[in-house]
Amino acid sequence: MNLTLHVWRQKGPQDKGKLETYQVKGVSEDQSFLEMLDDLNEDLIKGGKDPVAFDHDCREGICGMCSQVINGKAHGGQERTTVCQLHMRSFNDGDEIFIEPWRARAFPIQKDLIVDRNALEVVMQSGGYTSCHTGGVADGNAILIPKPDADYAMDAAECIGCGACVASCPNSSAMLYTSAKVAQLAVLPQGKGEAKARVKNMTEAMLDEGFGNCTNHYECQEACPKGINVKFIAKLNREYMKSMV
Amino acid sequence: MHLTTSTVGRKVLMAVTGLLLVGFIIVHLLGNLSIFAGTEAINIYAEKLHSLGPVVWIFRAVMLALFAVHITFGIQLSMENSTASPEAYAIKKRQITTFSAESMIYTGVILLVFVVYHLLHFTMHVVHTDATDAINTLVNGRPDVYSMVKLSFEKAFVSLVYIAAMFALFFHLGHGLSSFVQTLGFNNGPSQSKVIAVGKLVAVVFLIGYAMIPFVFLVGIK
Amino acid sequence: MILDGKAPTGPIEKSWDKHRFDMKLVNPANKRKFKILMVGTGLAGGAGAASLGELGYNVEAFCYQDSARRAHSIAAQGGINAAKNYPNDGDSIYRLFYDTIKGGDFRAREADVWRLAQVSNNIIDQCVAQGVPFARDYAGYLDNRSFGGAQVSRTFYARGQTGQQLLLGAYSALSRQVKAGTVKLHPRTEMVDLVVVDGVARGITVRNLITGKLESHWGDAVVLATGGYVNVFYLSTNAMGCSVTAAWKAAKKGAYFANPCYTQIHPTCIPQHGDKQSKLTLMSESLRNDGRCWVPKKKEDCDKAPGDIPEEDRDYYLERKYPSFGNLAPRDIASRAAKEQCDDERGVGPGKRGVYLDYQTAIDRVGESTIAERYGNLFEMYEKITDENAYQRPMRIYPAPHYSMGGLWVDYNCMSNVPGLFVLGEANFSVHGANRLGASALMQGLADGYFVIPYTIANYLAGITPGTIKEDHPAFKESVDQVEEDINKLLNINGKKTVSELHRELGKVMWEDAGMARSDASLKNALQRIPEIRDEFWNNVNVTGEAGEINQQLENAGRLADFLEFAEVFAKDALHREESCGGHFRTEHQTDDGEAMRDDENFAYVGAWEFKGVDKEPELHKEPLKFENVKLAVRSYK
Repeated sequence: MNLTLHVWRQKGPQDKGKLETYQVKGVSEDQSFLEMLDDLNEDLIKGGKDPVAFDHDCREGICGMCSQVINGKAHGGQERTTVCQLHMRSFNDGDEIFIEPWRARAFPIQKDLIVDRNALEVVMQSGGYTSCHTGGVADGNAILIPKPDADYAMDAAECIGCGACVASCPNSSAMLYTSAKVAQLAVLPQGKGEAKARVKNMTEAMLDEGFGNCTNHYECQEACPKGINVKFIAKLNREYMKSMV
Repeated sequence: MHLTTSTVGRKVLMAVTGLLLVGFIIVHLLGNLSIFAGTEAINIYAEKLHSLGPVVWIFRAVMLALFAVHITFGIQLSMENSTASPEAYAIKKRQITTFSAESMIYTGVILLVFVVYHLLHFTMHVVHTDATDAINTLVNGRPDVYSMVKLSFEKAFVSLVYIAAMFALFFHLGHGLSSFVQTLGFNNGPSQSKVIAVGKLVAVVFLIGYAMIPFVFLVGIK
Repeated sequence: MILDGKAPTGPIEKSWDKHRFDMKLVNPANKRKFKILMVGTGLAGGAGAASLGELGYNVEAFCYQDSARRAHSIAAQGGINAAKNYPNDGDSIYRLFYDTIKGGDFRAREADVWRLAQVSNNIIDQCVAQGVPFARDYAGYLDNRSFGGAQVSRTFYARGQTGQQLLLGAYSALSRQVKAGTVKLHPRTEMVDLVVVDGVARGITVRNLITGKLESHWGDAVVLATGGYVNVFYLSTNAMGCSVTAAWKAAKKGAYFANPCYTQIHPTCIPQHGDKQSKLTLMSESLRNDGRCWVPKKKEDCDKAPGDIPEEDRDYYLERKYPSFGNLAPRDIASRAAKEQCDDERGVGPGKRGVYLDYQTAIDRVGESTIAERYGNLFEMYEKITDENAYQRPMRIYPAPHYSMGGLWVDYNCMSNVPGLFVLGEANFSVHGANRLGASALMQGLADGYFVIPYTIANYLAGITPGTIKEDHPAFKESVDQVEEDINKLLNINGKKTVSELHRELGKVMWEDAGMARSDASLKNALQRIPEIRDEFWNNVNVTGEAGEINQQLENAGRLADFLEFAEVFAKDALHREESCGGHFRTEHQTDDGEAMRDDENFAYVGAWEFKGVDKEPELHKEPLKFENVKLAVRSYK
């Protein structure tokens, strides 16, 4: 199939970017979206132009590196799918495709489709852990965690930290990301001791890093390639209220 | 104070004040509906309210405080949120959020303006005095609220403003009602879609309940 | 030269405990004076950096991704082994040790493997304490499954995302140390040289991938936890950024590269779909617990829909060849068997490089919903990539390069032959021998990071004075100048071919001539082709852009340049090892029925190569392997 791409090009963080139009020809429907971009880049290099810079790594939907808004939807809008797992069979010959980076104040654009997601790191560093020491911990079976709790924690822990929740949120809030970690650790006995400090510190860090507030649009849940549910945000809210009393 | 500075604290404040305001509009609606129980009923209701004296003032003070909190934080949060997402996408597709949710700040401001207008109209009688003068007439020893309402809403402009405002309320509640459930942490996943549906249904009830009053006078059913 | 692995002597059960006592300690007050550079933040690097930071060392950690959480450990699906024996099915540290030695086809150092088995239990406890949501039963106890040909259930798992959860556990510990100020993180930073002064590792040169700036970092010890090198095959299950670069830069500065020819080709990957493909996707080996591998008995059936091929015309080749292990035969064996069938022209799917993995029997037995519960996410992934529903028609699978057992040579303390240079996880060669068993890579990464390096590094640091050589030493400038020269050279070739075209060419040679089966002739062909591709690379590659900016072409070019040098040593190792063992299969050395034939008399050693320069012969150093606790035997899964 042949496609028309409108790709966000921006030389550096301080530069003004704009959408550039490219034609790609002979795309196979078995190719992944990123392989289609690889093709585009090969053409650009051969034509003496600068290839499009984009983040990607594992190409199997788990590392969370890839980050593109495709036709107005983070990761392209296919259910539970990252850009790297999106295949060209979802598109038709002659389609026009708009490709933009994550946009949020907390995610400054570095080049083309690459953004700086360090703000997510800071949120995690502010409390996304249990303060256990290496060694000197109890036997794994000394703490019983019934299956429903373990499953709940696992549902939350599936977050890959890609930032699609932020990119899709009208407020650029990182609440889904933050809540996934808060909820995972709040439901587990190991995490309960620090639950109060954790929810306070992590939500505070989220705001300090320039993310917006959650106003319950739930766009994040739709965009999340791992299907993280907004019930974890509700859980975070509960945990926060508990921390106030 | 975490309650007034943190992201969740302020969200909770928005939800709780919003909920109390909803409590108020429930009572207000029930009172209003007495207009359908004959010309006397609403006059009796109004007299009863006024006889409460200081309680009314305490009530008004509380309402003012609730409004102040709800509006202040609503504006503050909206401003923060627009700062957080400064650059727009060339193309952005909404996937699940609604017009209701996206227009909260606008419907909120409309409601604020409306409330001021509404107070100037029916409480302070500063606007539409030709209609509100009816209150100075006593019917069976009570101020004639019924006629004041009737004369007001027979003016197309007034009715349409009130009905339009009720649409703003409808959209505001369409997101607000289910939102407070989420904000206060009552969402286990499967319940979410039901809560959203119930929220919208209740918003419709308010829309019909409130808008019916100007509507019936406007079209002359009453 | 005969290398000494410095493994402790005496009874193996006491070896690690005794060694821990024998090692020197660093005074707590002095720890912060020692700076440790950790390169790579996967399971080994993340766990190591967090643990060392917590001990009080001054740690700086580097990764090329934008976050430590994105290292490719995250992609591991199946699980992690431990000798807990929770199911009471006869497991023990000794059995895990034995299975790993045997599974590695007797090419690993016994003491290292024992230590791994011993600390495996601590790893589970550690991860649980971090909040890793391992699968549990309704009472709340940890759940186990059998995995990858083990006859006991010793694998702990977190759905199909065990690697992700373990890495996030290590990442959380690391984040805690970053907050505490004991670890400084350098994301989007790639190590491009090792700085060695008087034969001792003293620091690294890195390239900031955002600004393109070259930076020097001194350290009292340099720890590489930089993963494996199977991207030398171009198409592999590794992430696009995985490379041999850090390890190879160390090799060029004198570190020996051990057993590079031991690479694991994983049997259950999604077959290649076309020549534009950029990577292969692995599906958990657990799929073989319930799936049955088969191909048509007759060539002419290969184009038929699988459902149209009657039962009697199907060849369930693993069950036929290995009746006792059947579809659970270890990876190297299952992969080779699939290749054999396709070489026999009985492969299926586009290009005929594929075999069926069929769930029908299992669905009939336990029902579709149970299968969905067990493998739902994998079926979903398969459908996303192939657009086929594996509940209705069998999956097509084919082996793909997945893991490298070889790596930089290290002694029992995880230190390379270059003092001060430590190597952890997949980047070293130590415990997997010639073949790695399922669910033991995660175990090794975390064992090295949490429970080995914190002890063994102290033994080294206690003997040196901290901070004697810093960035102002001329060796740092020399290194930066050299790297800069190489970068400028790359940017000024302005040839006709792109980096990925040349990488594909290299990959094709490696896959065909040094892949699942190797022969004297194929390896000699590879040894002829690799320098040709390398020459073309240095004369005809087109690297666009500039040095002082984000330049992904330049990054890839640098990595390919290293693969092109490394590949030659890889092929030489494969050529010299005149035996078949584990992942290394030489067609000249097989039994009559096609099984690998080891030569313990001549090859029971670690082959560690000293790089002497491009176009020069590398020198082979041997570390003889002694088996005192497990008897050398033919590895049979029949």
